[in-house]
Amino acid sequence: MRRTLIGIAIGFFALFLVVPLVVVFATAFRDGVVPYLRAIATPDARAALKLTLVAASIAVPLNIAFGIAAAWAIARFKFPGRRMLVTLIDIPFAVSPVVVGMMFVLLFGAHGYLAGVIHTKIVFAVPGIVLATAFVTIPFVARELIPALEARGPDQELAALTLGATPWQTFWRVTLPGLRWPLAYGAILCTARAIGEFGAVSVVSGHVRGETTTVPLHVEILYNDFQYQAAFAVATLLVMIALATVIVQRVIERSR
Amino acid sequence: MQIRIDHVSKAYGDFAAIREVSLTIRKGALVALLGPSGSGKTTLLRVIAGLEHPQQGRVILDGADVTETPVQKRGIGFVFQDYALFEHLSVGDNVAFGLAVRRVPIDEQTSRVRELLARVQLADLAGRMPRELSGGQRQRVALARALAPDPRVLLLDEPFGALDARVRAELRGWLRRLHDELHITSVFVTHDQDEALEVADQLVVLDHGRIEQVGAPAEVLAHPASPFVAEFLGGTHLLRGDVRDGVASFGGLSLPVAGTGPARAFVRVVLENPTRQVGS
Amino acid sequence: MKRALPGFGLSLGVTLTYLGLLVVVPLSAIALKTSSLTWPQFWATISAPRAVAAFGLSLGASLVAAAIAAGFGTIVAWVLVRYRFWGRGVIDALVDLPFALPTAVAGIALTATWGPTGVLGRWLHAIGIEGAYSRVGIVIALVFLGVPFVVRTVQPVLAALDPRLEEAAATLGATRAQAFVRVVLPALRPAITTGFALAFARALGEYGSVVFISGNMPQRTEIAPLLVMTKLEQYDYAGATALALVMVVASFVLLIAINSLGRRTQRRDRTRRRAPAPDAVPPPAAQVIA
Repeated sequence: MRRTLIGIAIGFFALFLVVPLVVVFATAFRDGVVPYLRAIATPDARAALKLTLVAASIAVPLNIAFGIAAAWAIARFKFPGRRMLVTLIDIPFAVSPVVVGMMFVLLFGAHGYLAGVIHTKIVFAVPGIVLATAFVTIPFVARELIPALEARGPDQELAALTLGATPWQTFWRVTLPGLRWPLAYGAILCTARAIGEFGAVSVVSGHVRGETTTVPLHVEILYNDFQYQAAFAVATLLVMIALATVIVQRVIERSR
Repeated sequence: MQIRIDHVSKAYGDFAAIREVSLTIRKGALVALLGPSGSGKTTLLRVIAGLEHPQQGRVILDGADVTETPVQKRGIGFVFQDYALFEHLSVGDNVAFGLAVRRVPIDEQTSRVRELLARVQLADLAGRMPRELSGGQRQRVALARALAPDPRVLLLDEPFGALDARVRAELRGWLRRLHDELHITSVFVTHDQDEALEVADQLVVLDHGRIEQVGAPAEVLAHPASPFVAEFLGGTHLLRGDVRDGVASFGGLSLPVAGTGPARAFVRVVLENPTRQVGS
Repeated sequence: MKRALPGFGLSLGVTLTYLGLLVVVPLSAIALKTSSLTWPQFWATISAPRAVAAFGLSLGASLVAAAIAAGFGTIVAWVLVRYRFWGRGVIDALVDLPFALPTAVAGIALTATWGPTGVLGRWLHAIGIEGAYSRVGIVIALVFLGVPFVVRTVQPVLAALDPRLEEAAATLGATRAQAFVRVVLPALRPAITTGFALAFARALGEYGSVVFISGNMPQRTEIAPLLVMTKLEQYDYAGATALALVMVVASFVLLIAINSLGRRTQRRDRTRRRAPAPDAVPPPAAQVIA
């Protein structure tokens, strides 16, 4: 029985995870190392990488700041509507990515509700991508911090106050240091998701190669163009980031 | 500093934790707030500290009304029931915290920390982390930390609650001695009557949010003001005597004991075949 | 009410403002746009044969995938908690990978593997089953995404399960199978249900991986998010929003159901003595829908 179950578990992961990932790398290097390197160094690929990093580097810090604020309000205070607020924070998880992209198109598109108010190009341009990325990554940091703060209780912060610390001093010297690991964990998840987001960005970007494609979108474009080797080559970058994410997660887990 | 509590009430939703409590604590006293769970003693302590805000009444420290003053400006020292040490800071940094936030120069911080750690007999542990310490050691760090910024009053919430009996006994005597050295007005909360009787100058007995009696331990024992006080503290007699040549003598009672000098004995008489007694 | 802890106003204000601007406003755009349709128009859009087929497919495939994921996920959780074997740590880490992997990559990887020319798909193709460009392919992708939810929800509960319960069953004469069915399974039921619900919710909205593996054939392998995308590309915004509204409402209902399920499980666990769970990773509940 034991062997069967372990076999099933290993078999499942082998067939559905390991083999597909091996296929990604195998196809990427199908024609050798040089074509691989060429595929990931094309101007379009590099532009995609840059855009992905820009979007992530705006979305992630925003959501870290949000996560801290939300966790403080929710974990340290009781107020009417508190539970609804927690559910509200979870909403980005529940909305389909295509719908996410569509919301922003409805707001900022050429005939959108805010088209008359805002005159910079938001959708089919970088700002739209940043917004979509920020939306889908909202919950990650908050969901790590809320239980962490709740588990710790307010006594340390109260102690700091009794010792004469101002609220900001308490925050910087006591609250944040105590949240180091949950914060790092949440930030890693947030970043991985920001880099890998596909559906929402797909709707919002307009797929203009070299300008509004992120790395996942670039993979799609190459794939739909039947440039399989190049598509998988770029995909290996994303796989490696994902693997790095999981490894960092493990490291953080161990240090906690 | 003198503490005056004036008709203070505090409720949590429907539950009235303290009702119209008035109390004066004179400067330099060591006072015990004593009562069963739910009596409001911790709430009262936290109201004095500024960790809770009363719905009604005033808190006056040294003649100044601090009811609306935030906790960080009241100049109090607070020792929490579970110590609330900063887990990410070393023992030394914990103790120095109150000084660091006031931007006291580093060398002054260091010398004060050293002085305080010596006083609480943890001199060599400045570099350790809280998780490496025993319960009794953490307790003393919490105390040193609270004392570092020179508070006007020291408030302790069930300071010995989580410790085992032997450590508790040790720390009790030690707290008394500390108070005698520093003469800082101190208020501590306890549900343990032996602790209160042994350590405090003055007892405040609480029940269901009201003060039942205030007085010196001997006084409260000898003349309980209500049936509740009599029952709660009931049955304990206070004898005074002397220890000489390893023997403590209290009238007709002699007991072997280490040390010399004046002593008190708390004696509780338990009937072998108890019959239910009604009344005080 | 005066609070000793500072920062309530600021933190709540920031939270509400951010959520208001980034979540509430965009969502209300959908509601607003849909209201520009009349009732008959709305109804016609969401009851068109293609739309109904898409909803049905999304619903059906997600249910099947979630069920399979619940089965596999429970087995994996069991194996990780109860057995020690070489490679256990690797499997434990692999469970988190679908969370971290971009869905587009998962999509092309699974298609390349399970498609008719794929390393594994060719075996299926030989016996007449298509692992890609088919409903089977969709289910494969959704199972891939759903299993981690089940594992991470069941694992901590299983790890915290008091072994003395099974020992008691054994002393009362139960076989291992009986003990499992009568003692362990009932205790795991809330967690498995929650995991199923999470996998289901995730599958419903999934786009990135399915769009590659399904082939997107209308009324055969076209899932709801895909139909929305198609309508957007045809500039049929009103139609797209009508469909989107149905999806949003469905996922809200699911979200509330999952959260209250999760709360009920928590409440029950709180009364049970909690044994330390060394390997348990707190489940990131309803995660990622890419």
